[in-house]
Amino acid sequence: MNTVVEKSGPYTHGGNSIQRTMFTVLAALVPATLFNLYLFGWPAIFLFAVTMAACVAFEAACVRIGDGSPASAIGNGSVLITGWLLALSLPPWAPWWVAVVASAFAVGIAKHAFGGLGQNLFNPAMVGRVVVLVSFPVQMTAFVPPKPLFSAGAPGFVEGLGVTFGRGVNLDGLSAASQLGFVKSELTRGVPAHQSVEHLPGLGELMWGFHPGSMGETAVPLLLLGGLFLMWRKVITWHIPVGMLGTLLLLGTVFSAIDPGRHADGLFHLISGASVLGAFFIATDYVTSPVSNGGRLAFGIGCGLLTWIIRTYAGYPEGFAFAILLMNAMAPLLDRAFRPRMFGRTLKGEPLPLGKFK
Amino acid sequence: MKLFPIMGGIHPEHRKDLTSEKAIVALPMPATLFLPLQQHIGEPAAPTVEAGYLVKKGELLARSDGAISAPIHAPTSGRIRAIAEITAPHPSGLPMPTIILESDGKDEWTDLPPPIDDPFAAPPQSIRDRVAECGIVGMGGATFPSAVKLGLGTQRKLEVLLLNGAECEPYLTCDDRLMREYADEVIDGARIMAHALGAPRVIVAIETNKPQAIEAMAKAAAATDNVAIAKVPARYPMGGERQLTQAVTGLETPARKLTADMGVVVHNVATARAVHDAVRLGRPLISRIVTVSGGAVPNPGNIEVPLGVKVSELLAFCGGADGAARFVSGGPMMGQPLPSLDVPVVKGSSGILALTRAETRESEPQPCIRCGSCIAACPCGLVPMQMAAFIRAEKMAEAVRIGVQDCVSCGSCTYVCPSHIPLVQYFRYAKGRLATQDRERRKNEQTKALVEARNARLERLAMARRDAAARARAPQPEAAQEAGRIAP
Repeated sequence: MNTVVEKSGPYTHGGNSIQRTMFTVLAALVPATLFNLYLFGWPAIFLFAVTMAACVAFEAACVRIGDGSPASAIGNGSVLITGWLLALSLPPWAPWWVAVVASAFAVGIAKHAFGGLGQNLFNPAMVGRVVVLVSFPVQMTAFVPPKPLFSAGAPGFVEGLGVTFGRGVNLDGLSAASQLGFVKSELTRGVPAHQSVEHLPGLGELMWGFHPGSMGETAVPLLLLGGLFLMWRKVITWHIPVGMLGTLLLLGTVFSAIDPGRHADGLFHLISGASVLGAFFIATDYVTSPVSNGGRLAFGIGCGLLTWIIRTYAGYPEGFAFAILLMNAMAPLLDRAFRPRMFGRTLKGEPLPLGKFK
Repeated sequence: MKLFPIMGGIHPEHRKDLTSEKAIVALPMPATLFLPLQQHIGEPAAPTVEAGYLVKKGELLARSDGAISAPIHAPTSGRIRAIAEITAPHPSGLPMPTIILESDGKDEWTDLPPPIDDPFAAPPQSIRDRVAECGIVGMGGATFPSAVKLGLGTQRKLEVLLLNGAECEPYLTCDDRLMREYADEVIDGARIMAHALGAPRVIVAIETNKPQAIEAMAKAAAATDNVAIAKVPARYPMGGERQLTQAVTGLETPARKLTADMGVVVHNVATARAVHDAVRLGRPLISRIVTVSGGAVPNPGNIEVPLGVKVSELLAFCGGADGAARFVSGGPMMGQPLPSLDVPVVKGSSGILALTRAETRESEPQPCIRCGSCIAACPCGLVPMQMAAFIRAEKMAEAVRIGVQDCVSCGSCTYVCPSHIPLVQYFRYAKGRLATQDRERRKNEQTKALVEARNARLERLAMARRDAAARARAPQPEAAQEAGRIAP
């Protein structure tokens, strides 16, 4: 009897799969997302559904063009994460076509034009967000204060449909700046940061997201919980989140101490904007971040640094998406620079000096 | 004992409980045995028998042929049927010259060499000679001739013999059972080996998932003054020579050096028992303990088998292997796929595994998602995903630059890869390609040197002719005469 030998060992496997990894990430996002959807009501639910559906549709189309199997491509869950994170990074009351355009760029251009799963240089969700942010600044900065489902003044099902799919509501009366945008615009009016921050809700409320902003800017404790869950499941390591949040905290604290009029403090940076979502769920995207732990730490620090610089000195109050795309471009360089030390060799690759057993 | 961390590594599902409580049983002597001339690293053995010879158990069938080689002995008494080409237990499935021995059913011993009465007083060379004569090779699977490795102390001062009882491969329990059931023999053999090496101490390293083996070995070691037990954590590939050395001594073997350069020599526990048998009883290596396991085997166990039994016969003894998706010789991590069940058990066969699809968990490879699991798992500090990417693009020089030649093929990266990418396969392919390139380069250099030598010779000849012709045209008669002698 002859057996088949077409492959070398090992002939056993740990059982991990792309699918398992991706669905663990999705599971970690569920609590915070449910809270977000509750907080922003029917329009947010519709926008979330539209974004997911659009991403899945574009994935299926692109895979079909490439003669792949759409079912298995969607089944591995990677496009679901893209859609999910993209939805969380949009203003909850944005119209449907913003989501569709963002999805087209995220999945079609950022992911599949670069070769599909595992080949993309830039984080697809962030490409999608940035494209619509620079193309449709009005829609992308029209934030509404949270109107939790079934609360007084919250749009009902039909009204919600109107917000997402209709000709849009006049947001002028409703909209407000996100807290980072608020601090920024107050600064341009000459109001020092430490004073404008006082007009914002307390840190506790900011943390839970009872303020205008993108969906994913809320429910910091739930996002943190999800992030810790991912670390516990060994899906991510601590290096990127700690590098990024640590840098933000450090820079915020130091510079607000030096010049409180110009700089918001560290804790404010941590819990506002997409800091926590980004640090745990977006920056840690495998494909677009470095592969070694040293590289990841450097990557996280870079994300924190650039986020802080853009938030503080550039025209966009929400710096995270730009920061991460810039750092994505750095990932291959960081991979080169932070290779692990080979066994029996120095970091430079020379043999170690000979030890002697005593 | 103070222990040290190792780089990377994984915690595979060990699946040792299938056989860990099965005591060693002897396989009934098969009617026919197949003994390949090469069961070790180095030169194949040279037959000393021919078809029709009658031999006794333990008699020499093929002698060691070269500095790195090992002899082969008859596992039972009987008649040599033939020396023929038989499929070798190697993934290539290529045939190899094999001595076929028909048992006469008497299992009669030949006159064995006398025991070495006090091996610790005997010159180390006599121990090495006995080990060489008895055909002992590294029984952990590497099959390097043990006598050669016991000579490492002749050029260096050795401090310790590290006896490898880690048995970190999943499924395998042959060393575990050996240590439980033959602890005294193993410790005695180890001390004899230490004497041959000139190493004053022995440390037996056993993974903590084998508490009974640790207990038995500690008991046996208590009667001696130079044997200690190190309980190393269960972490694959702890049993790798360099990993084990690092875990026990804290010393990281520099690239291109041997552990022996640091005063440490590693031998397997089963080798120690074989040395005991050779020195104390004069017995050559003619049998070994094999773990027969896997989900497809109804009665898995640890079987003491004569070398040369066909795998199919051994599996039949354990109830067959219906429904197996893979047959492996050795452990599932570093073992070799079996090209056929018609191949014999050899000196390095630590396990015969018949694995079901549920156990192998084979799956179509998916794209790399750069998760970095392979980097965290690599005990050699390499970047497997990147090496594989270079090899896919046939960029061998780049793959070498980032260390593909330092890969020990332990399989940890492939085990953890969520995309089921056969990383080890890429690395084996690259190493094969590089070896071929190296051979070709050397061949080209040789050819070039030969061509250059020939051209130079022809040039010299042509020059001589020209000179002769010039002289011939010249009016001196002596020169013309001389040219006449050279020209034809």
